[in-house]
Amino acid sequence: MGQTVIEKIIAHNIGADSVKPGDIVTAQVDRVMLDDIMIPFIVDKFKEMGFPKVWDPDKVVLIYDHLVPASQQDDTRHFKIGDAFVEQYGIKHIHRSDGICHQLMTEAGYVKPGDVVFGTDSHTTTYGCVGAFSTGIGYTEMAAILGTGTLWVKVPETIRIQIDGRLPEGVMSKDIILRLIGDLGADGATYRALEFCGSTVEEMSVSSRMTMANMAIEAGAKCAVFTPDEKTAAYCGIALDAFQRQLVGDADAVYLKTMTYRAEDFEPVMACPSQVDKIRNVSELEGTVIDQVFIGSCTNGRLEDLQAAARVLDGKQVAPFVKLIVTPASRKVYEEADRLGVLRTLAEAGAIITHPGCGLCCGRTGGILSDGERVVATNNRNFLGRMGTSKVEIYLASPATAAACAVAGKIVRS
Amino acid sequence: MEQFTGRVWVLGDDIDTDIIIPTEYLAMKTIDDMKQYGFSPLRPELAAQIREGDIIVAGKNFGCGSSREQAPEVIKALGIRCILAKSFARIFFRNSINNGLLLIEQPDLYDDMKEGDTITVTVNQDVDYQGKTYPIASLPENLVEIINAGGLVRAMRRRNGLDQD
Repeated sequence: MGQTVIEKIIAHNIGADSVKPGDIVTAQVDRVMLDDIMIPFIVDKFKEMGFPKVWDPDKVVLIYDHLVPASQQDDTRHFKIGDAFVEQYGIKHIHRSDGICHQLMTEAGYVKPGDVVFGTDSHTTTYGCVGAFSTGIGYTEMAAILGTGTLWVKVPETIRIQIDGRLPEGVMSKDIILRLIGDLGADGATYRALEFCGSTVEEMSVSSRMTMANMAIEAGAKCAVFTPDEKTAAYCGIALDAFQRQLVGDADAVYLKTMTYRAEDFEPVMACPSQVDKIRNVSELEGTVIDQVFIGSCTNGRLEDLQAAARVLDGKQVAPFVKLIVTPASRKVYEEADRLGVLRTLAEAGAIITHPGCGLCCGRTGGILSDGERVVATNNRNFLGRMGTSKVEIYLASPATAAACAVAGKIVRS
Repeated sequence: MEQFTGRVWVLGDDIDTDIIIPTEYLAMKTIDDMKQYGFSPLRPELAAQIREGDIIVAGKNFGCGSSREQAPEVIKALGIRCILAKSFARIFFRNSINNGLLLIEQPDLYDDMKEGDTITVTVNQDVDYQGKTYPIASLPENLVEIINAGGLVRAMRRRNGLDQD
């Protein structure tokens, strides 16, 4: 019997020949990611559980991102607690102002194809972009992993998503994943794995794949995975080994279902307030006046995203009543965008360029809005109250669409 | 068989974790500090109205969104005894079990339920609402073990020899 990619990863992890959906197994954890919001709670639970030491300090990565730089008086308490934990338990990896956790986990080489990784943030699904099994957990389970190096996992059923062909001009991988979430529904993949395949995803950069894996959680998915290839190897700075090379869904693997798309059929879309699965074509929303645009986040704050925005904004000006906030996903993205003149193009068009981090996505730094205001944003959630009051309307879109909206001051196609 | 009766608050589909406890309150020191803001984006008055032993009945995909464990902890701190929904998001489900907050899937109750009425839950068996019976499933064995241990923290304390059985 053939295996899906996720089944292969889990079987390899536990040293079994195969696993099947519904099996409850104990996974050996390859890496964990702890973020700044959760660290005080993780440390409390870890100490309460009574573990004398962290199972493997080299496998633990602590990243400050949601609260950097601090915007509320109590925020630095989280950094103090995190720093003390790192010191006391000899944690090897900490990033205090280098960017968003999910960007750094792959960009800094902490996650490799075939790894099993958990993080205290729901968008931990992102690392499926390099062919890892990764998902979000709560702080109590993280504390238990820090002590034991293990976590129970129910092997998920897999939904296969095959996309072939060439995407039309102005359509980005964000438009694909938004459409998929609309088709699946916000709970359509709950407990399940998404496995992406086909010529369109093979052609995609690792960054574009990150956008899709990142948002799998918005359809409820446990994880999302792409087959590692030469692009993955180059991105990770490794040569794929025999195990990593065979992380492809077998022809006789059993899938819950297969969804098939033609790339040519996609068009720019938005998730409308306040549900991630309320997907409309941008053409249906044209003319809606906006107050702000946010380009950034672990979904769409990478170099190719800023470049897509810069191509639209080059030589143009942001509408006078619109604030365009651009937040690179990491220090590395910031530096590369600077070196390539992308930041200059954005600044000359009138963008406000901020420090790398989560920024406005979680509503914890500058840019929050109030009743009746509308924002077009490239992040992953448009929930009530996410960027200010519960009467703010958030439209999720690709960086190209967001940039075009910033110039027009209203919703338009790029 | 464990049985309890409680007053019901009815919430809709896709009640996300940002609704349950918004990000701006997540960095408060304790769950007790946060709990007054529970459900504030949707129903700002609700947290003050919930009483110990109340029950939430909701539609599909309850707890979708972020991995914040403050969400089930806030609900538990407000005094909610259990949540019955058409379905739950998976991270929220695990987090609730690990904190000893009982979650029960029931496909039909939400459609019939009127807020303010009371229901009687017989765990692993059924729900009684105005004489009508709604069957509920048993929890998987590995989750029952965690709940019986009193949550994951207690289970780990026992493992580490800090607590006795």
